[in-house]
Amino acid sequence: MEVNNSNTILDEVTQGEYKYGFYTDIETEMAPKGLTEDTIRFISEKKQEPEWMLEFRLKAFRHWQQLQEPEWAHIHYPKIDYQDIIYYAAPKKKKELASLDEVDPELLDTFNKLGISLDEQKRLSGVAVDAVIDSVSVKTTFQDTLAKHGIVFCAFSEAVREHPELVQKYMGSVVPYTDNYFAALNSAVFSDGSFCFIPKGVRCPLELSTYFRINAANTGQFERTLIVAEEGSYVSYMEGCTAPMRDENQLHAAIVEIVALDHAEVKYSTVQNWYPGDKEGKGGVYNFVTKRGLCKGKHSKIAWTQVETGSSITWKYPSCILMGDHSIGEFYSVAVTNNYQQADTGTKMIHIGKNTRSTIISKGISAGRSNNSYRGLVKILNGATNARNFSQCDSLLLGDKCGAHTFPYIETRNESSIVEHEATTSKISEDQLFYCNQRGIDTEKAIGLIVNGYAKEVLNKLPMEFAVEAQKLLSITLEGSVG
Amino acid sequence: MNILNELYEFTADFAICHITQKETEMLLNIKNLHVAIDGKEIIKGLNLGVNKGEVHAIMGPNGTGKSTLAAAITGREGYEITEGEIWYKGINIVEMDPDARANEGIFLSFQYPVEIPGVSMTNFMRTAINAKREYLNQAPISAGDFLKLMEEKKNLVEIHSKLTNRSVNEGFSGGEKKRNEIFQMAMLEPTLAILDETDSGLDIDALKVVAKGVNTLRSEDNAFVIITHYQRLLDYIVPDFVHVLYDGKIVKTGGKNLALELEAKGYEWIKENQLV
Repeated sequence: MEVNNSNTILDEVTQGEYKYGFYTDIETEMAPKGLTEDTIRFISEKKQEPEWMLEFRLKAFRHWQQLQEPEWAHIHYPKIDYQDIIYYAAPKKKKELASLDEVDPELLDTFNKLGISLDEQKRLSGVAVDAVIDSVSVKTTFQDTLAKHGIVFCAFSEAVREHPELVQKYMGSVVPYTDNYFAALNSAVFSDGSFCFIPKGVRCPLELSTYFRINAANTGQFERTLIVAEEGSYVSYMEGCTAPMRDENQLHAAIVEIVALDHAEVKYSTVQNWYPGDKEGKGGVYNFVTKRGLCKGKHSKIAWTQVETGSSITWKYPSCILMGDHSIGEFYSVAVTNNYQQADTGTKMIHIGKNTRSTIISKGISAGRSNNSYRGLVKILNGATNARNFSQCDSLLLGDKCGAHTFPYIETRNESSIVEHEATTSKISEDQLFYCNQRGIDTEKAIGLIVNGYAKEVLNKLPMEFAVEAQKLLSITLEGSVG
Repeated sequence: MNILNELYEFTADFAICHITQKETEMLLNIKNLHVAIDGKEIIKGLNLGVNKGEVHAIMGPNGTGKSTLAAAITGREGYEITEGEIWYKGINIVEMDPDARANEGIFLSFQYPVEIPGVSMTNFMRTAINAKREYLNQAPISAGDFLKLMEEKKNLVEIHSKLTNRSVNEGFSGGEKKRNEIFQMAMLEPTLAILDETDSGLDIDALKVVAKGVNTLRSEDNAFVIITHYQRLLDYIVPDFVHVLYDGKIVKTGGKNLALELEAKGYEWIKENQLV
């Protein structure tokens, strides 16, 4: 019963194996390795894109070539060779699919392993799923129901063909290709993603959901999501990710843009459990994501909720630009790192309009030898009279070899604003563990229980379907998952 | 020492002698226990036998090892057993994990129950009950049965519904925490319950509720070890045996009147006796 013993238990508990490490053998069609203008033309041609789309990509590519990879984040990784990556891989298309029966059985099997049987989703949960496997949207359900309300929910490439005016109007309006290194890269080579448009006054009757999955070896996934909520509309959008186990690091650089007009509300929830690498820190996904919402209209609201348990490197700051007067931005995050994972994640709340409000609740959990950083910016501009922000950043440490860091930046240029920041760092106490043990709960389950309790404030913000999965994931990540 | 006391002494000695003869049938049998914390010996050769159906009170001044004894029986980390054995249901449990001991029916009502933020009492109890059922190779309890059990036990300890909706011990008053311990005990139905200073910090009403809970749960199939500094609780929970723990050893054992005598004469009396 010495201290050593508890460390052993903690080690066991925090070194669960990745449970999604399977690989689907579907014939893929790939672009040649490397990144040149030709690669971009290849992608654009494969996707039968209009000229304006190709132009956008090429402009982004030329801009990207001028940029340097950012180094300010609290993460360390070997230099990425951008010429050693395959930028496009699509499952070979046999023919247009009319129903699920025609979907490649192996593909369906993959979905089943992920626990997202489309059939079941269709029948039971009332969730419309746009499943993305390696870049091409394979199947979209519930299109009809959504169409009745005038809602567009489709693959990004389809939107480019079917709704060019909307895509041209909003793409790049929140995250321009000049925004940052990874945004420029994505703008040049993005493969597919989801597009969602909620027309004026419509309350989307379903939780919209996308499962992303990186499948083929050595392929980066560069998806791009655009959500537009017109005046007075509402949508709740869920994104879930898993990647199979691989030795090579896989690069993932996504963009998510959200636009909310007057009185519109968008809830965006993510559960990310991409392959985090093995116990020695080998392999795993590099996740460099730019997510940003624009509260363009007055009284608009954008809420980000994320549960980040995967990836070997996470570089991600879902942000809100609060432009409309009385607009609201929210960020709720649970980030778990274990073994050698590194996460540098947080948010930016940019207050531009009057009476704008933002809330940041960030819960970091570090175990093993991992590093977990919260990085957040709260910026109040001149015109943002009576802006309010409340930030709470908590860190929970498991064991004594991990790190938790908080980098809050606050800039305020308006005297009437009120900005509050609270931060705590704690460890799971021996007392708590023993209390649970004494009630018959083993240490692994106890950690799961305590961590879920700690993250409850954020987990409660998730849609029901996701909350259960997220709770399990927390437990799995830290046991054979941290629960 | 008057006749009555001598008689009690005799009875107790006889009882101990008696149970020694059928040790293997004893619920708890602690033999020559030595416990150290950070290398410092706190328990120095303690013997204690407890049979099913019995209530034992362990009394003694502060710092004599009462809580250490509770920690050693329940397997708390950092309490090193340097010598001796703890037999429970015929097994020496010294090497057994604390959660396994709990699932074997050992329950500790904590002197200072900890808070677990964000974990509801309902969730906590369900996890605990299902852990025990898993340990015993039983299927998890159904939601309906669980809620019924909660209701039943809540009434037993007169705990308010809203307490069980809150996070484990979070923001509970001292009395609420202790009552919550008794509630958990009722839920888990232990074979051996150890109450560590459950009476400390309780007002008389809370004390009565706690005592009522214990008396209701008391049966021929379980046993209680009540660690207390004061005689007060023993007015409501009448023990079969009273042991005085002093300097890491049980120095005196008697019937319920020993507690009264201690209350009247104080622990100084024990110390003096020790010197003699």
